[in-house]
Amino acid sequence: MSPGPVSQALERHSPRRRGLPAGGRSATALGNGLLAGYLSVLVLLPVSALLASAASGGSAAFWQSVSGPEAVAALKLTLVASAIVVVVNALFGTLIAWVLVRDEFPGKRVVNALIDLPFALPTVVAGVVLLALYGKGGPAGIDITFTRAAVGLALLFVTLPFVVRSVQPVLIELDRSMEEAAGSLGAGSWTVFRRIVLPNLTPAILSGAALSFARALGEFGSVVLISGNLPFKTEVGSVYIFNQVENDNVAAAASVSVVLLACALVVLGAMTWLSRRGSAHGG
Amino acid sequence: MAIEVHNVTKRFGSFTALDDVSVTVKDGALMALLGPSGSGKSTLLRIIAGLETPDAGNVSIAGQDLTAAPARTRGVGFVFQHYAPFKHMTVYDNVAFGLTVRRASKNEVNERVGELLSLVRLDGLAKRYPSQLSGGQLQRMALARALAPQPKVLLLDEPFGALDVQVRGELREWLRRLHEEIHVTTIFVTHDQEEAMDVAGQIVVMNGGRIEQTGTPRELYEQPVNEFVMSFIGPVNRLGDALLRPHDIQILPGGDFASGAVEALVRRVVHLGFEVRVELTLPDGRDIWAQVTRETTAELELEEGQILSARLPTPRLFA
Ligand SMILES: Nc1ncnc2c1ncn2[C@@H]1O[C@H](COP(=O)(O)OP(=O)(O)O)[C@@H](O)[C@H]1O
Repeated sequence: MSPGPVSQALERHSPRRRGLPAGGRSATALGNGLLAGYLSVLVLLPVSALLASAASGGSAAFWQSVSGPEAVAALKLTLVASAIVVVVNALFGTLIAWVLVRDEFPGKRVVNALIDLPFALPTVVAGVVLLALYGKGGPAGIDITFTRAAVGLALLFVTLPFVVRSVQPVLIELDRSMEEAAGSLGAGSWTVFRRIVLPNLTPAILSGAALSFARALGEFGSVVLISGNLPFKTEVGSVYIFNQVENDNVAAAASVSVVLLACALVVLGAMTWLSRRGSAHGG
Repeated sequence: MAIEVHNVTKRFGSFTALDDVSVTVKDGALMALLGPSGSGKSTLLRIIAGLETPDAGNVSIAGQDLTAAPARTRGVGFVFQHYAPFKHMTVYDNVAFGLTVRRASKNEVNERVGELLSLVRLDGLAKRYPSQLSGGQLQRMALARALAPQPKVLLLDEPFGALDVQVRGELREWLRRLHEEIHVTTIFVTHDQEEAMDVAGQIVVMNGGRIEQTGTPRELYEQPVNEFVMSFIGPVNRLGDALLRPHDIQILPGGDFASGAVEALVRRVVHLGFEVRVELTLPDGRDIWAQVTRETTAELELEEGQILSARLPTPRLFA
């Protein structure tokens, strides 16, 4: 069947939903220039300096710095802990966002405000709080100081808001009638969540997860107090870097930094790509 | 299959959205729920679909009491006001949803989706995403999606509300033909009396959470049971407590006072295509308007300031 007059009329009246408004382009040229300059000073220059510093001793020196057993142990701990933190965050962050958006309970506003606490607190203060809570003789009755669990806990604490805050607005905006439609088509609540809600949240979950990963990679303040920084056990990348600088080993510090930076960039890139792909058609 | 709603009441907080509403829709009928915005039409539709729970009363479909049944087991096809497309799925997957949920085989799904897409004339668009469709196409996709699991009844919430006027008329016609083809019991909600009269065989007029009258378009127009129905279903003149239809007012040459005609001054003559709207002032100073044909206008050479005679029909008085 060929499209009838109705379809043709509809085509004519369909709003343009793709592409940029043409008028916006020239006006943004100046803005783009400013942005580029600003970012150069703030990001590009320091990163170049870092790369230069890391490369100052040649590739052999770079390789030696990043493949030393203590460096490898620190990097491994950082990456593994961050990966675990990301998975936990994606799960619980989504759950918390869901409860905050969809459920009513007394004290909801207080809880909602508390989510931002890790952002508001200086990370060293967060470290002190965790130390007081979970340290020797703390009210929690358990002592996890100087363990890898402490590293994980500190990272979880400081990265808590990322997924919650990226999922929350999407969930608020999510058209409830989509879920009702799925329900009336015969889907049970788990199917509705899996096939309707989750795919619509995925880009937000991924971008929150990517940010929390990047943050966890570089986290210093909250970890340094509670982990004890035992080489080969609880010493994370950032603390290792700090120690190298303290020992006047700037090139080695820069080399390990470059590795962390590369990891962060790869993950951010991958997550952005994934969430683009996921939301390419989300109207 | 027939839909029966018995004595349904629904409150939102202290506000009563539906007040003891009963409706029966015969098997295979196409019925309109007509009323001003806020009169409770969507709430009633949602209660039938199981998307809202009534505070009192019950709902049955095909003779089966479904008041306590969850939406997913009711076998109701629902088309939402803004179509509620699954944005992250293609047109094909949207339409297939109700089938894949039931674990239909791939071949079965393929066949049925193809069938439905051609029924709603979206054949070539199966791989598109909702964001790439126009409003009318989205609406037809939503309809195909609702029809896919072969629902017992089809409910449409303001199906034409979000479309522009030009397209609306064509889709109306198309919906009526579709109903003739598939004969599924259908209720649609509208606040547009012309739309209701054009599409539906049976109209339920709602106001303030209550049903004012149920009947065919003609019954409602010719025998409205109250002032609300009369003025909602067509144009009216109000003379004190009395209501007159403008096309029932007969205009005669000046000085013709046969059978109780009265003198009237022509205030304005408005040409609306085939019809002409004549605004008149009666001797007692009251303003009314009459609807006449172009022929009458030409015959009487109607123009502003002219004095002629108007014969008013027996006005309707509602106690
Ligand atoms: N979920 C709800 N919560 C509170 N009030 C509601 C809700 N749904 C509908 N209402 C109210 O009920 C009345 C009837 O609504 P509705 O059935 O949508 O009317 P209609 O479809 O005739 O425009 C409106 O005044 C609306 O504000």
